[in-house]
Amino acid sequence: MPIDFDATLWIIVAGATMLGVIGGVIGCFALLRRQSLLGDSLAHAALPGVCIAFVVTGSKSPVPLLAGALVAGVLGSLLILAVVRTTRVKEDGAMGIVLSTFFGVGIVLLTWIQNRPGGNQSGLRHFLFGQAAALLAEDVVRMAILGVLVLAAVVVFYKEFQLITFDRDYAASIGLPVRTLEIGLTTLLVLVVVVGLQTVGVVLIIATLITPAVAARQWTNRLAWMLVLAAVIGGGSGAIGVLASAASQGIPTGPTIVLCSTALLGASLLFAPNRGIVQAWYGDRRLRRRIRHENLLKDIYSFGERRADFARPVSWPELMGLRGQGRHALGRRARDLRRRALVELDGDALRLTAAGRRAAERVVRKHRLWELYLTRRVDVASDHVHRDAEAMEHVLSDEATERIDALLGHPSTDPHGRPIPRPNAGDEAAR
Amino acid sequence: MPGEPPRTDAPAIEVHDLTVAYRTKPVLWDIDVALPEGRLIAIVGPNGAGKSTLLKAILGLVPAVTGWVKVFGEPYEKRRSWVGYVPQRESVDWDFPTTALDVVTMGLYGRLGWFRRPNATHRDLARAALDQVGVADLADRQISQLSGGQQQRVFLARALAQDARLYLMDEPFAGIDVTTERAVLGLLQGLRDRGRTVVAVHHDLQTVADYFDHVVLLNMHLVDSGPVETTFTKDNLTRTYGGRLTALSNAAEALLERRPSRPKG
Repeated sequence: MPIDFDATLWIIVAGATMLGVIGGVIGCFALLRRQSLLGDSLAHAALPGVCIAFVVTGSKSPVPLLAGALVAGVLGSLLILAVVRTTRVKEDGAMGIVLSTFFGVGIVLLTWIQNRPGGNQSGLRHFLFGQAAALLAEDVVRMAILGVLVLAAVVVFYKEFQLITFDRDYAASIGLPVRTLEIGLTTLLVLVVVVGLQTVGVVLIIATLITPAVAARQWTNRLAWMLVLAAVIGGGSGAIGVLASAASQGIPTGPTIVLCSTALLGASLLFAPNRGIVQAWYGDRRLRRRIRHENLLKDIYSFGERRADFARPVSWPELMGLRGQGRHALGRRARDLRRRALVELDGDALRLTAAGRRAAERVVRKHRLWELYLTRRVDVASDHVHRDAEAMEHVLSDEATERIDALLGHPSTDPHGRPIPRPNAGDEAAR
Repeated sequence: MPGEPPRTDAPAIEVHDLTVAYRTKPVLWDIDVALPEGRLIAIVGPNGAGKSTLLKAILGLVPAVTGWVKVFGEPYEKRRSWVGYVPQRESVDWDFPTTALDVVTMGLYGRLGWFRRPNATHRDLARAALDQVGVADLADRQISQLSGGQQQRVFLARALAQDARLYLMDEPFAGIDVTTERAVLGLLQGLRDRGRTVVAVHHDLQTVADYFDHVVLLNMHLVDSGPVETTFTKDNLTRTYGGRLTALSNAAEALLERRPSRPKG
């Protein structure tokens, strides 16, 4: 059923946006209370209710159908509770059983209705994947009423909802009626699911609840902001989804809305600060680079130390022999270090600059102090400490290093008898 | 904040014939105990002895099969505002989107009641509580970025913000570093010295005699309850832990020898 870009379209956009906003807000609480699967079970369990309501009333109008959905959804969730209470089946197992059974019954009823005369016109098919084109002004009014109810409840009871979600026992200890508040939140969840069935469908309604919430969580560490962001992401996905679905002539609305919010979720998982994959990856890459640079400085230093001559340059083959590294990779690192004036090229060999030597000494100092610390304070045998120190030398902070130095009484040699370099007076200025 | 709390003659907590069961499995049997006001009180017993359950039963968080609990002579519901609860640190999701200051502010929700929001005054109170436990600089940290010891301090600060007269704490010393343990102990002793009562589930038998004034020995039933000097004996510990661990009886002996070094205010 293609949509025309006219007044009806904007009604539909308004409906989908509204659904996205309240789905996002209620979804945050569902996510934090680990009730994501409950929402999904509810939605699937609603399908036979829709079908039975249609058979009983013979009406295509949404109010009886949604009432049927509500009854079946609530029955389904009560059945989940009953299974958990009376059998040894755990909650996720119970949800899986109830969800698939109700959904199976729903599909059987749906097929039977559609094969009856006139059944094709029932529009029940749309409850599977949602068809926003079927939304009427009165449906949108219904959504708006629910929207106001949800937002008002969350605003008025924000601190109570926050507390029972974070710390249920504590909330009960100060006298909050935890059961009642939980029932309130779950009721709102049920209502959002039922009202969303027409637009997004039973299969995908869970995405309007969970996807915006997960995406919002990526960007903020405050519950209030998470709620606002989830509302924006959910609402935006709803609007864009309807418009894209309208323009494409025939792609169901539900999947389109879901794909929009999934795209936003993907961007959030990748690019959000602190929690994003890209930042973590970039941080890892920088650390690995620094480790390679520090290792090269240390390697050059080790030749100077062995020869007691830091002025004599170290050749490529000598350096390549140490860690079995290729000439190309080594050259790239050497260029990086030269740009920072830590090494200089002498013909076809490398030499540390004064700053480079100090940088290398700092790394060597951390390595040897850590070895000494492990042997003296943690009682690790001296032939076991090298590998550990190889890692610690790159991550130990300067302050921690000096504390260890003081703790060990400013030692001059490591467990293997090698000298521990001491930063000289000009050290701070050189950094 | 209220000044010195009014005195009552009733014990801080009185438990009478309390039996608690999870479904059909009894966890606590016929507990009769009275806990005096103004003391540091440890609840000690093996795993599964019902220590946390006893706290929760006092708070009305788990239903009693039989028996009753009175707090300062009244049912708990009438004394809520006198009581601060510190749940086990592991009982909440520390990745919850909130800051340390927000968590401490939750300690004032009981006083705020419905429909009122915390304002600048309340946030100042919460900040002062954070300062009392020595982590005022972490107020704006997301709680997952806190160490275990810092999380425990935040939980304690939330209870302090309540300015209660009786504190019920579930393992306040579990999983924290030595520095935090010292700080927490100092805090609890400070509360005791100001006439407050602290009841804490405690795991470390080595420190019971040093840290606490009064001990409740529990193993599904009440083994004994009383001042540490007379109650925390090898005999009682053997009865509490079933005598199955000789290592424990040795620990008890070691503790008896250490008795003279008990609390210094």
